[in-house]
Amino acid sequence: MESNRGRSFSRRWFLGAGTASLATAGLGTGLTACGSSGGAGGDGKTLTAFVYGDDAVKVQQAAVDRFNKSAAAKKAGGTIKLQKVPGSDYSPKLRTAMGSPSAPDVFFNWGGGSIKAYEEAGKLVDLTGIIEDDPVLKDGFLPSVLAAGDLKGRHYGIPMRGMQPVILFYNKSVFTEHKLQPPTTWDQLLDINAKLKKAKITPFALGGSDIWPDLMWLEYLVDRIGGPEVFRRIQDGDAEGWGDPAVLKAAELVKELVDDGAFGSKFTSVSYVNGGAPAVFAKGKAAMHLMGSWEYSTQLGKFPDFARKNLGWAAFPTVEGGTGDVRNVVGNPTNYWSINSRIKNKDLAIAFLKECASQAYAKDLVALGDVPTTSNASELLSSAPNPEYAKFQYDLVAKAPAFTLSWDQALGDALGTKMHTEIGKLFAGKSSPSEFVAACKGLK
Amino acid sequence: MTAVVEKRPPGERPTTKAKASSIGRPHAAWALPGVLFFTFFAVVPMALAVYLSFTSWDGLGDPRPVGLDNWQKLLDDPRMTQSLWLTVVLTVASWAFQTVVALLLGVWAAGRQRNRAILSAIFFVPFLLSSTAIAILFYALLDPNFGIIQKDTLGSQSGAFLAIVFVGGWQFIPFHTLIYQGGARQIPEVLYQAAAIDGAGPYRQFFSITLPQLRHTITTSTVLMVVGSLTYFETVLILTKGGPGTDTAILPYLMYEAGFKTYDFGYASAIASFLVIAATGLSLVLVRLTGFGSMRSTREGM
Repeated sequence: MESNRGRSFSRRWFLGAGTASLATAGLGTGLTACGSSGGAGGDGKTLTAFVYGDDAVKVQQAAVDRFNKSAAAKKAGGTIKLQKVPGSDYSPKLRTAMGSPSAPDVFFNWGGGSIKAYEEAGKLVDLTGIIEDDPVLKDGFLPSVLAAGDLKGRHYGIPMRGMQPVILFYNKSVFTEHKLQPPTTWDQLLDINAKLKKAKITPFALGGSDIWPDLMWLEYLVDRIGGPEVFRRIQDGDAEGWGDPAVLKAAELVKELVDDGAFGSKFTSVSYVNGGAPAVFAKGKAAMHLMGSWEYSTQLGKFPDFARKNLGWAAFPTVEGGTGDVRNVVGNPTNYWSINSRIKNKDLAIAFLKECASQAYAKDLVALGDVPTTSNASELLSSAPNPEYAKFQYDLVAKAPAFTLSWDQALGDALGTKMHTEIGKLFAGKSSPSEFVAACKGLK
Repeated sequence: MTAVVEKRPPGERPTTKAKASSIGRPHAAWALPGVLFFTFFAVVPMALAVYLSFTSWDGLGDPRPVGLDNWQKLLDDPRMTQSLWLTVVLTVASWAFQTVVALLLGVWAAGRQRNRAILSAIFFVPFLLSSTAIAILFYALLDPNFGIIQKDTLGSQSGAFLAIVFVGGWQFIPFHTLIYQGGARQIPEVLYQAAAIDGAGPYRQFFSITLPQLRHTITTSTVLMVVGSLTYFETVLILTKGGPGTDTAILPYLMYEAGFKTYDFGYASAIASFLVIAATGLSLVLVRLTGFGSMRSTREGM
């Protein structure tokens, strides 16, 4: 969407005047778009569902196909139409669509802060009562996951994808060759770093140009040093929470790592999204990679031999003197479906969302390498592409006392973007740990 | 070569045609499609942006009027100051790089040999590619681990800036070369013949004939470059995302971030309106300073 807007011919032809028209082309749609069929203003026969359009979308497509032929769909009198939105465009596209008459009836999201603006604008159906009254939904999902997407203790979403905890991945062959064990404490991690650097191997791959991989380090460090309460306070809207000593300490550890060359000297121009960081890791140029659980399927797709033989995984180590539980996890508990409050046929949407609690749906997720958040998931894991890895992930999440939602998702787009900028500056050495803390306290 | 035609007051047609039939002559209605198109796709959105700049709007619900808040923020925002400075640096650097290369290439390509025509056509190819495709291509080439230059190019401010200026130049120099080629071919051959007789060498000819004769071409090309640099966006988005840190976050990128990442459409509209004002002002100043507006012919006195 953005990329087409500033094309050179319009720049040349409309000169300055073009700037405004280009800038507002997107804004204008919110005011001028005419109602198109199938949206929330539609007849209720066909409901539109927006979904993040990546590889995992085949699970949702299969669910829609299954549902549209089912008795439940006939009873509710309609069908679902899936609209796959390319990943990088998802958030802005959803935002502009939700402000227009062609808004989706059901849409994918990350729960928490990612839907806060919609809740405040009265655009979401409160699903708390519906879930409580429906045994399929109430007992269908892990309670902690269902709760992780809440806003002020109310449910606005139904879990619909796998769990995505952040995991410390390591290259088994590099570790074996240098007689190393995955670190369980921060001191061990620093020790391993020193040995790897002596062997001219970058300790950690990091896709620093995307910024969100940087964020994972802060999320875990703050959790290990000060526990999940530190970020919980920030998430609840108290910007002074950034002043917690745990945040400063975490930022200092990050700076030490960066200065020490733990991420190599080029990480600020390496990307995860375009495959740079996974390739550095798979080719043994870097020994470890702190990344979401999707790293496994990424590697399986790009470097299958590496994924099958040499990819190892471990929990994030403890930090000496920290109060956080080593079993705590950060990342994305899962993704959710939410319902637009302007929907014409709510029963049809609910009937479809129940499909996500079904055995067939969970099986599709497992086949893709995901670990579902349904309560029946553990018995299905033996059929996963790598049952050992699936079991590790499931146990990690099931045993975790706290699962902190990725900070950027928890804070929502507006704050999350500004926080990204500050994190990018910290990692690039453009600001000191104390400047980072001061800048974050000023975010609003 | 007297300039009779040029000296006629603007808008007055030659008397010999004054009584000609009005059929086939330009009529106000002919402009209608263009005017309508421009109104709907430029004037209306622009007015909308100005209106939005006085409101607070997150993309949901209705815009809420907030008076001059966004404009006040524009003045106070340290990122805006930084962006403005970066935009100026980028504009000047792009102009210098593109003008020097395009001018030399254009004058060289103005020669009449067949190989030059073919080479000129090849030169033009980068301009035909989409900016996005070019940026993605260079992003891959600049990959620090797998690209052709295995350095942390985009990881430092100077590296990222040079990359943006170079990629922009790579794309737009062909276009400006074409303009200079056209301009250089308009210069009467007699001037060079006379200069040669007087004993002027190629360098003297270039500086005393070619450059002065090209001054309107330089203005045209400069206005396009300057205004183009003010809206330079895709390359920054794809190559650096405004990074490292905020080191390459020029104004259009800041506008995009305010609008489509933090959903502060009011502030984004204020930045957009500021860009329109700056671009219009700058082109007016350029035209005035260079005397382009007075429409003096470069052939006067010949």
